[in-house]
Amino acid sequence: MAAEAVRRPRPKGGGAVPFRALLWRFPWLRPVLLLTPPMAWFVLVYFASLVLLLITAFWSIDPFTTQIVQVWNTNNFRIILTEPTYRAIIGRTVGLAALVTVTDAALAFPFAYYMAKVASRRTQTLLFAAILLPLWASYLARVYAWILILNHSGVLNWSLQSIGLPAANIGYTNTAMWVVFSYIWLPFMIIPTYAALERVPDSLLEAAADLGARRWRTLRDVVLPLAIPGVVAGSIFTFSLTLGDYITPILVGGADSTFIGNVVYSNIGIANNVPFAAALAIVPVVIMAAYLLIAKRLGAFEAL
Amino acid sequence: MWARMALRAWAVLVLLFLFVPILLILFYAFNTSNVQSWPIPGLTTRWFTATWNDSSVRSSLGLSVQAGLAATALALVLGSCAAFAIHRTAFFGRDAVSLLFVLPLALPGIITGIALNAFFSFNGISLSLWTIIVGHATFCMVVVYNNVLARLRRTQGSLIEAAMDLGANGFQVFRDVTLPLISTAVVAGAMLAFALSFDEVIVTTFTAGAETTLPVWIFGQIRHGILLPEVNVVVSFVILVTIIPVVIAARLTGGGGTARVPAAR
Repeated sequence: MAAEAVRRPRPKGGGAVPFRALLWRFPWLRPVLLLTPPMAWFVLVYFASLVLLLITAFWSIDPFTTQIVQVWNTNNFRIILTEPTYRAIIGRTVGLAALVTVTDAALAFPFAYYMAKVASRRTQTLLFAAILLPLWASYLARVYAWILILNHSGVLNWSLQSIGLPAANIGYTNTAMWVVFSYIWLPFMIIPTYAALERVPDSLLEAAADLGARRWRTLRDVVLPLAIPGVVAGSIFTFSLTLGDYITPILVGGADSTFIGNVVYSNIGIANNVPFAAALAIVPVVIMAAYLLIAKRLGAFEAL
Repeated sequence: MWARMALRAWAVLVLLFLFVPILLILFYAFNTSNVQSWPIPGLTTRWFTATWNDSSVRSSLGLSVQAGLAATALALVLGSCAAFAIHRTAFFGRDAVSLLFVLPLALPGIITGIALNAFFSFNGISLSLWTIIVGHATFCMVVVYNNVLARLRRTQGSLIEAAMDLGANGFQVFRDVTLPLISTAVVAGAMLAFALSFDEVIVTTFTAGAETTLPVWIFGQIRHGILLPEVNVVVSFVILVTIIPVVIAARLTGGGGTARVPAAR
């Protein structure tokens, strides 16, 4: 009976105790258990897919049966690198992605500077919230809005005519793509640029002024070097997102607006040449990898 | 002084540039004419009824909601697990793993799309609602991960230690301390994940097969220039569905995880 009284009641949820002990004894068990489901998903689905994409790029299809022939060859890449059509498409895609990135950086920098250094605390919060809305608002809706603006009888021409200017028929051209891409990805540039500028201490600006630097000198020698990593971080997004897009070229581009993504898309759907599509999809990946390496040199990852 | 004025003017112009197109769409939804020209001749709500009664809109809306909810649920579990693991422990290769987790948002959607497409066809999996969910969960997970991780980084470890010192077991600590601290970030992450899934078109076109989600429906209509009055209504609706979660999420998290681009750390 005495033994009965001494026996402590088992803690509630008795089953959990050995497990807890196990976790205590092997501290690495917790992260491993937590990391297993997402890692399994990533490795088994996403990573496996990416690897398969890379392998598929070296296969080909039988031209008569359109069945995939799993024989290692580099024909797809040879065609992509030697055919003038594909080289033109790659050049156009990369060129426009670069142009959009520069445009967005130019639009975003003064805005981000105003947000971070000039606006009151309250305005700053409001502006941040105001940038979040177009950042998240439907991509398709925002592209579609520009179809309505740029078409013949759209808002743009109406505005131009009402102030006595000739109509600008830039709908369904590469110019339209430039405008729409710059519009869509602008918030992706503003936020990292703002984050970088916000971290520039005001004391540095005061110190520069005390040392006799004029406004432009301070901007060039103090603010800009500190803001560059943020701009580069933003450019990763504007560049990469433009590079991989095919919806905007279809919707607002013209006959001469084919992007890498469009060729990939048509090779999946109509032509059903998955190996060729895969090889072409590797192109933006390689370009992005090179871009990320440069970005790392410029310190963009510290800004991320 | 002039510089300040110029900067302020620039800020106003950029805001107009960002918001006028969005507001314009909301206007067009009430257009009486079925020709999409400006200025619109009058205002009507008849397209709202017409759209609501369109069975193709309804079925694609249903599919989008199903895909969004399922992908969000998956993303919640996987993203939170990943955030906890990355936050809690320093281990070899942690930076590589955390980079891997943001890859689906950093790489162009077309890469994720075609990679998954190749993966499914290689494994003989036919495209269906399930393949859409798998595709969406992969990038939705990133949003949940970012939100939860941002919150965990701002949470003080001492609170958890205090709870443990006071005798709480692991489960109690999680239920009574950790969960209340991160719950708003989890909710915010979930809503943003749903918003992202609800609007996604690039990965979807590669993983949907014959299925039509709402964005795929919109894309098809715009592309062929048909039923544009209904497109105006649907698109306005999608704008609201993608914006409202952001407003709520920004309230819940103070903006931390809503940046979408890695900015707030």
